[in-house]
Amino acid sequence: MLGFAQLFASRLVKAAAILIAIVVMNFFLVHAAPGDPAMVMAGEAGAADEKFVAQLRQQFGLDRPIYEQLGTYVGKVVQGDLGYSYRQQRPVWDILAERLPATLVLTLTAFVLALAAGVALGTLAAVAVGTWADSAITVIALLAYATPIYWIGLMLSLLFSIQLGWLPAFGYETVGAGYTGLAHAADVAAHLVLPVITLALFYMAGYARLTRASMLEVRSLDFVKTAKAKGLPQRRIVTRHVLRNAILPVITVAGIQAGQLVGGSILIETVFAWPGIGRLAFEAVLQRDYQVLLGIFLVTSVMVILFNILTDILYGLVDPRIQVSQ
Amino acid sequence: MNRTDPLRTPMEAAAMTTPLPDVPLLDVRGLSIALPPGADRPLAVDNLSFTLNPDEILCVVGESGSGKSMTAHAMMGLLPAPHVRVAGGSLRFKGKDVLTMPEAEQRSLRGGRIAMVFQEPMTALNPLMRVGRQIAESLREHTDLPAPARRARVVELLGQVGLPNPAELADAYPFRLSGGQRQRVMIAMALACQPDILIADEPTTALDVTTQKQILDLIRSIQAERHMGMMFITHDFGVVAEIAHRVAVMRHGKLVEYGPAAEVLNRPQHPYTRQLIASVPHYIEHRDDHAKQGAPLLVADKVRKVFHVGGGLFRKSKQVVAGDDLTLTIHPGETVGLVGESGSGKSTLGRSIVGLIKPDSGRILFEGTDLLALDRQGFRPYRRAVQMVFQDPYASLNPRHRVGDIVAQGPVAFGEDRTKALARARELLAMVGLDGSAADRFPHEFSGGQRQRIGIARALAMEPKLLVADEPVSALDVSVQGQVLELLDDIRRRLNLAMLFITHDLRVAAQVCDTIAVMRRGRIVEMGTAREVFTHPRDDYTRSLLDAIPGKGWRIPDDLQPVRAGAH
Repeated sequence: MLGFAQLFASRLVKAAAILIAIVVMNFFLVHAAPGDPAMVMAGEAGAADEKFVAQLRQQFGLDRPIYEQLGTYVGKVVQGDLGYSYRQQRPVWDILAERLPATLVLTLTAFVLALAAGVALGTLAAVAVGTWADSAITVIALLAYATPIYWIGLMLSLLFSIQLGWLPAFGYETVGAGYTGLAHAADVAAHLVLPVITLALFYMAGYARLTRASMLEVRSLDFVKTAKAKGLPQRRIVTRHVLRNAILPVITVAGIQAGQLVGGSILIETVFAWPGIGRLAFEAVLQRDYQVLLGIFLVTSVMVILFNILTDILYGLVDPRIQVSQ
Repeated sequence: MNRTDPLRTPMEAAAMTTPLPDVPLLDVRGLSIALPPGADRPLAVDNLSFTLNPDEILCVVGESGSGKSMTAHAMMGLLPAPHVRVAGGSLRFKGKDVLTMPEAEQRSLRGGRIAMVFQEPMTALNPLMRVGRQIAESLREHTDLPAPARRARVVELLGQVGLPNPAELADAYPFRLSGGQRQRVMIAMALACQPDILIADEPTTALDVTTQKQILDLIRSIQAERHMGMMFITHDFGVVAEIAHRVAVMRHGKLVEYGPAAEVLNRPQHPYTRQLIASVPHYIEHRDDHAKQGAPLLVADKVRKVFHVGGGLFRKSKQVVAGDDLTLTIHPGETVGLVGESGSGKSTLGRSIVGLIKPDSGRILFEGTDLLALDRQGFRPYRRAVQMVFQDPYASLNPRHRVGDIVAQGPVAFGEDRTKALARARELLAMVGLDGSAADRFPHEFSGGQRQRIGIARALAMEPKLLVADEPVSALDVSVQGQVLELLDDIRRRLNLAMLFITHDLRVAAQVCDTIAVMRRGRIVEMGTAREVFTHPRDDYTRSLLDAIPGKGWRIPDDLQPVRAGAH
């Protein structure tokens, strides 16, 4: 167990180093993009004369040399200060904190659903390989994988909210209803159904295909033969021997995708008008709101790193061989 | 413990067996197993009949593809359905046909009454499950023992198969154990429910020779102690001589010879059996001493190589000494055998000489030039002079290149004209015994033995002075192995090639080497002429290696000696 703590600690130290590098790179990335925030701001204020623009630049420190701006930025980030959005006249951290829960609820629910359904379907297909059930699952998975995610979203809302009227088509909650407690939770859950299904379908297809392929590969390995030779029933062979080994590559892929879910929900949040980080990013790009954009980059990077560490730990728990390399 | 003397010879034991019971333990009659359409033959096993009695070891012998494993798999319900199926015949266990039993009943036989040990101990255990639990699974399925009693039984079993600290070992994961230990775990698993029949499918083929001896001793003593009927599948007549009471020889799915071990081993009747026995390498033979002429071609001087395993930003790496103080010389025309068990560092030395690995210190002198002191450019001419034949004939040829190109590639890279090189490639392919069309085909169209011939032709195309052959025959069947060894010997003599022959099989080394170097844990413990090493081994380890060769007590029948492959 000491080895485990050590592994965790060393991963955290590495993560911190990676994070600093990401902060610096993000900074340069944003500054490499065309467009001058001072010009945009001045343009929107309606007074675009040279003097005003210069004044804006000076006010926001944009006239300083780039490395000085970088130093200031990194210094602030290390202290936990993500800066101030002059567009929205609020600290970036507050804006993110307001949007983050919505995104996390959406993506994590979708992720868990996709993983559970994907592994279950993949297992089912692998066990019944060559039968109609296998073909049906493979075709559904292929369709879900190939269809553009926004199109599925639009079609689902067309069917379930517009035609049938069962579910709300967009938003996070019923505006102005003033629900509290359980009623509020139920309201959010109803809004959650369509975006979650849309997002989950796509990932589920991937996991189902991966699980199926991995199961079929593991099924032909020697130790499965050993398990059969022991006289174990089919059920036990599948769950204890095949699935446990087949799940390893799924965990690897799921770990990578879990990190990207937060940043990758832009499309789905736009289609369903979901007030999350994804839409915030979209708006920030349009408005050249560098501070917010940098903040979003940072948050999504932290998510990726966090999920990677989680995946490693999970992997270490599932696969005893990993601990050797400590 | 009432242990039967494990040292009694099997042939004596066979003579002592009690009169046969009315119903044999296992009675296989007219068994046929069909292969899917499009396979190289319609029946994997064709009208096979044999019986197995309690307290008897039946060795089923044959080369790969002879259907011996298929028979075992049919018995265990392990045939890859639906492609491969039993087409006819019966498999009676104590008079009851296993093939017509309902699945549930079959399952209670599997692992309960009939247990099986597989060839590959490295892959036969679930990597994610503690070994104790894997054994307990069998008990859980076939007995009513509660969990604590199962655990106690597992520890007891692990102790019985000779594993140290059984209580601790039960909680280990398979990757922590060596090959021999894993095979012991497999045996413990098979014995868990006290089966009547134990099927062992090449259980020692993947193991080192000393480990093989230990496992064979273990299997034999356990079989005798429990009076089990045992079906032992093997391709090695040395092993047969060591343990068999009766022998069944299979070829292309048919039983060609069947009888008591003493009969089949000493008076084989069928031509195929005679051919198989004739190609068994036997350590009794060794070459006449090689007359060393001239200056040494290659001198390895105090070569040392340490591998660093693992390690990273926050971890210290583990050091593995693969070679230490390795010194050996090879003269022109001499074949030096490098013998040792897996992990002894013999491949490391071979690869260092070819330049695939850079040793940490020491010198490798080729005709007086230190290869290790050369830079990339300076080393290049020597790449021609030293060529390698690899172990795995399946993996060492690029599957997307034509055989002719594979052979010609080396010379072309050294600036030879392509048409000329291709013409030479055809000559070489003919020289290694392949027909003219071989050059235009792809590697997958050839058998393992033929591919190894291609590998040899490829090495020869560079006109080397020294050939490093790393286990060139260990992936091949015994009769093919004999042919490839013969080819190597023939080429060596015709071209006056020097050869470093790396092998784990002392019998093979005895057959082809002038000088033998025995390696253990990265060191050469003994080096001398083949005659010295085999008749008067000086090192204890060499003695234990020689002692572990299976079938020492058996002499190949005299009338088969002259037809032996590679004999001179």
